[in-house]
Parts: sequence; structure tokens; C-alpha cells
Amino acid sequence: MTLLLASVAGHLVQLSKIDMLIIVFYFALVLAIGFYLKGRANTSEDFFMAGRDMTAWVAGLSFLSANLGALELMGWAGSAYQYGILATHWYWIGAIPAMLFLALVMMPFYYISKTHSVPGYLKLRFGEPARAVSAVSFGLMTVLMSGVNMFAMAKVMQLVLGWDINVSIWLSAGTVAIYVALGGLRSAIFNEVLQFFLIWAGALLIPILGLYEAGGWHNLKTLIAQRASEQYVHLWSGLDSFTGNPMGIHWTGIVFGLGAVISMGYWTTDFLVVQRILAAKDIRSAEMAPIIGAGFKMLVPLIVILPGLLGLGLLPEKLVPESMVGATGAHSYNDVLPLMLARYCGPGLLGLGITALIAGFMSGMAGNVTAFTTVWTYDIYRPLVHSKGSDSHYVSMGRWTTVVGVLISIGTAYLVMQFASIMDYVQALFSFFIAPLFGTVVLGMLWKRATGLGGFLGLLCGTASSIGMWAWVKIDPTALRYVALSEHAKALAQDMYQALWSFVVCVIVTVVVSLATKAKTDSELEGLVYGLTKVPSVGNVAIYQKPLFWAGIVVVIFFALNIYFR
Amino acid sequence: MMISIWFFIGVSLLVNGLLIMGAGLYELQHPPVQQVVLYSAHAPIWWGGLLALIGLIYCVAYRPQKTA
Repeated sequence: MTLLLASVAGHLVQLSKIDMLIIVFYFALVLAIGFYLKGRANTSEDFFMAGRDMTAWVAGLSFLSANLGALELMGWAGSAYQYGILATHWYWIGAIPAMLFLALVMMPFYYISKTHSVPGYLKLRFGEPARAVSAVSFGLMTVLMSGVNMFAMAKVMQLVLGWDINVSIWLSAGTVAIYVALGGLRSAIFNEVLQFFLIWAGALLIPILGLYEAGGWHNLKTLIAQRASEQYVHLWSGLDSFTGNPMGIHWTGIVFGLGAVISMGYWTTDFLVVQRILAAKDIRSAEMAPIIGAGFKMLVPLIVILPGLLGLGLLPEKLVPESMVGATGAHSYNDVLPLMLARYCGPGLLGLGITALIAGFMSGMAGNVTAFTTVWTYDIYRPLVHSKGSDSHYVSMGRWTTVVGVLISIGTAYLVMQFASIMDYVQALFSFFIAPLFGTVVLGMLWKRATGLGGFLGLLCGTASSIGMWAWVKIDPTALRYVALSEHAKALAQDMYQALWSFVVCVIVTVVVSLATKAKTDSELEGLVYGLTKVPSVGNVAIYQKPLFWAGIVVVIFFALNIYFR
Repeated sequence: MMISIWFFIGVSLLVNGLLIMGAGLYELQHPPVQQVVLYSAHAPIWWGGLLALIGLIYCVAYRPQKTA
């Protein structure tokens, strides 16, 4: 505690005793949940799949919470300050269509195949090589990403609160390791739902008070136009050219790169989030969970994007890019959320706001750890190392893997501390796998002619092309005009086009190789491919209980929001 | 019998809400020298009160006996 309270000159906020009490209470509660659920994680189905008895609400909120990490909150608030309302695309077109696609098209296949993981589905559909590539790359990237996030979070806590970086790393990682190792996925899910509420309770006051101070949304737009540019408050109207918006992106990049590939890849094939839905108790809950997640996802810009815009309109100081912090002494874009928190929140509220950031970090980390544990045990250890173990052996392996996964993450965090550039490489690496993986999975589900060799080579070539484009731009920055179609493209715009091209490569290779190789018979593909599978019905329920009905409502709100903020 | 996740959430909101409201009431009696922006709105009092109320509703609605 003494270490935690030790302050470093120049940090953003100072916590009082009541703030510390709120933070300590949070840690006590998440550990209590872990200990309480220990007795309910005795079988592998309990430990890895939470007994497959989660309701739609619990699975849906956990699905969203696993993605709502602290770095996500702070990073996107910073992006909103830097790029304006354009950052909202990552929450709306960059999430909602993909979540609905997962719910209505892909979930039935994941669910009825009773797979434990996304690599597990690839094994059923394309065979062992595709699963091995996917499982090993996913497992490796998950623990590395977890370590990178852990370091970044500890760094934020040091800058914002003056906390010792080692204490932040070991305290938060240790807590996650304990509650996940004890209660497995169920404990992670329960804590993620709790964290979801705390994130909202801690962050929602900023937009409420901010809009009150600004005099409403229209006044805020005027303030932003005066201090930055009118481009910062339009979602779509500046996207008809690469130079008409702060991000240097064309609408094709947003619609096809982000909406059709990157978000589809992330929300439908990243096992970190899909695992929460696989824990749903029945097919209706499994379909409803992403729809519930989509409903709340549309609201997240309120606590992430709006604080960034409020910072742009109201903060007296001008924030700068991270690279200019040392030279200017100013705060960086990424500090906008803590700055807004310190602006409005006194003792108590500040503690809750900081708890929200810690909760966000821990929910993201628990998501990584549980996904890694499941993929390691089911897709690497069991098929490749020890295939005839008892159920209790695999549960024990899951508990130990949780601890080992956290320790590897901590090791990565310290590695990043020594070699900061690793962080950029790991984050880039993770994005290499998502778009081609989506191409492989979606072709596998929708096209019965796709063969094992086609899927495997498509995944491999798509990933290689993504890495190749990234390396090309690194070596020769002028290549940006080919990869991202414009030399004005910023990093985010480059990611969009890189994903789009790697997806196209994956699809072309898969189709060409599949047509040249022998396909499986229809009976072998039953339960795995659209058209050969009797998609389970949600039952004879009232219209307001049907997933399609709620998906329709989400679609209407989605279009209304995009039109209003165009 | 299993305690519902919603009960844990209720406990969390109730305790945090009461602590925040308490801090707000204390500030009302002893105004700080350095005040946050919109201090006059006394956000900790009504926000803390709202959280505590929601937490209380969850605690009662999902208390362990009811979820048995």
C-alpha cells in the first residue's frame, strides 16, 4: 500500500484515502468471486466452457467487456482527440455488422459443432494443419499481447497516479491469475460482467458533466470547429477524398477494410471474444448474446469518444502526439481520459474512475488468459502432446496453464520494458492473423467446395501477404501509396487496406487451390457448412424473443446514428 | 444454490455508491481548497446516491434466497 501511495512528481491525479478504499474493495470483490466459484470448476466443461450454462445477458455483456480494455478506453479517447468523431467508426461500422453476422450466420455453426475453440472448428472443417497454424499463432500472440497491454497499463498507472510499475504489474496480473485459475472461464465471465458495470459507473459521469459544461452537443461542435476544424465532427461527409478528413482515409477503407474485413475478422474469429458466446446455455442465448453486445457497443462512444471530443473542445491546454511529449512537456492525446476524469471527479468519484480503468485492464487480460488456456489445452496439448489424459488431468493442466500464461505475459511485459519497439511489432503481428483467418473461416462455413489444402494454404498466403505489405512499408515508406492507396494515409488507414488485401489474397488462394483439389463429401461436411446443415431453430417463441427481431432493431438504430452524425 | 452474478454487482454498486455519496456529503461540509470543475453540481452526492439505489435494488432482487 505504501508503494501504491508513493507519488512521483508530475503525475496527473492524486488519490485520497476514500479512493484507495474503493480500489481495495474492488480487488477484494473479484478475488471473493474467484474463491466462491472454485467449487464450480471441477470438470473440463466447467473450467473451459463455464458449464455452457450462461444466459444471453451474461454471455453478451462478458463478450463486450472482454474487448473493453483500459487501453482501448484510453487509446480511443486519445484517437477521438486526434481524429475527431471519425474514431466512432471503430465502434459502429467497425463492430455492429460483424456482431450481427456472428449472431445470425456464424454462431449456429460454432454452437452445433460443439467446438471448444475457433481453431477447433478449423480442425473439423479443414483438418489438423489449419488448426495447428491457427492455434500456435493465436496462443503465442495472445500471451504476447497480454504482456504488452500489461506493460502499457502499468506505464499509464505510473504516469497518471505515480504508482510503482512493478507493483502495478504483479498486483493486477496476480489477481487475474488467482481468480481465473480458481474458477476458470465462469470466474472470468462473472468478473467481466462486474467490470462492465464498474466501467460504466466510473466513466459515464464525464460525458454528462462535460456536455453540461459545454452547453450541449451543438455548442460542443461549435467549440471543436473553432479550436480544430469542422471536419472533426462529421462521421462520413469528409470521407469522399483522402485529404478531406484528419485520418487520411477514403470511405472505401472504412466500409470494406474496417467494416467488411477487420471487424468481421476480430468479432467472428478472435477466440478471445467468441469463447464467451460458446459458453451460452442454448442456441437462442448464443444468438442473442452478440446482439445484446451490439446494442451496448453502440453506446460505448459515449464513454470513450465523447470524452475525447470534450477534451478537444474544453481543455485549456493543447495535447500533443506521444512522440512530442518529451520535447514540449505537454500531455499526450492518450492522457485525455485521465485529464477529463481529474477535471470533474473529486474524492470517491476519482477512485471509481480509476477502478474502471483497472477493471478494464483486468477484464481484457482475463480474456486473453482464458482463451490462451483453452487453446493450449484443447488445440495444442491434447492433440499433439498427451491425447489420453483424464478429464481431471486437463482441468489441472488448465489451472497450471493459467498461471504459466500469466507468468509469460509478465515476462513479455519486462521484455517490452527493455526493448520498447517490440510493442509495435507485437501489435502489428496480431493484426496479421485476423483478416486471413476470417477469410478461411467464412469460406469454410459458406462454401462446401473449400478443401483442407485450400483452407490451409489460403490462411498461410493471406498471413504472409499481410506481413509482406507491412515490411514493404517499413522498408520503403513511399509504398504506402500502393498499399493504402494514398501517401497521406495514417497508420490506422494503412491497417484497413492491409487487412483488405490480405483477405482478398486468402480468398483467391483458397478458391483456386480448392478447385484444383478433391472436396469432402456432403455427409462429411454436415454440421459444418451452410446448405448441408440443418440450422437449429430458436424454438417457437414470441416475436420479441427472436434474435432476428432484436437484430432488426439494432440495425435501425445503427443507421439512424450514422445518418444523424454524418 | 448459487449466488447470482447480479447480486455481486448489486453489492459492488451499493458499497461504491455509499462511499462516494459519503465523500460528497463530507465535501459539502468541508469544501476543498482546490475544487474540480462544476464542483457546485455536487456530482458525488447524486451520482453516488444513484449507484447506491441501483445497487440496493439488485441486492434485494437477486438476494441468494431468491435465486435458490
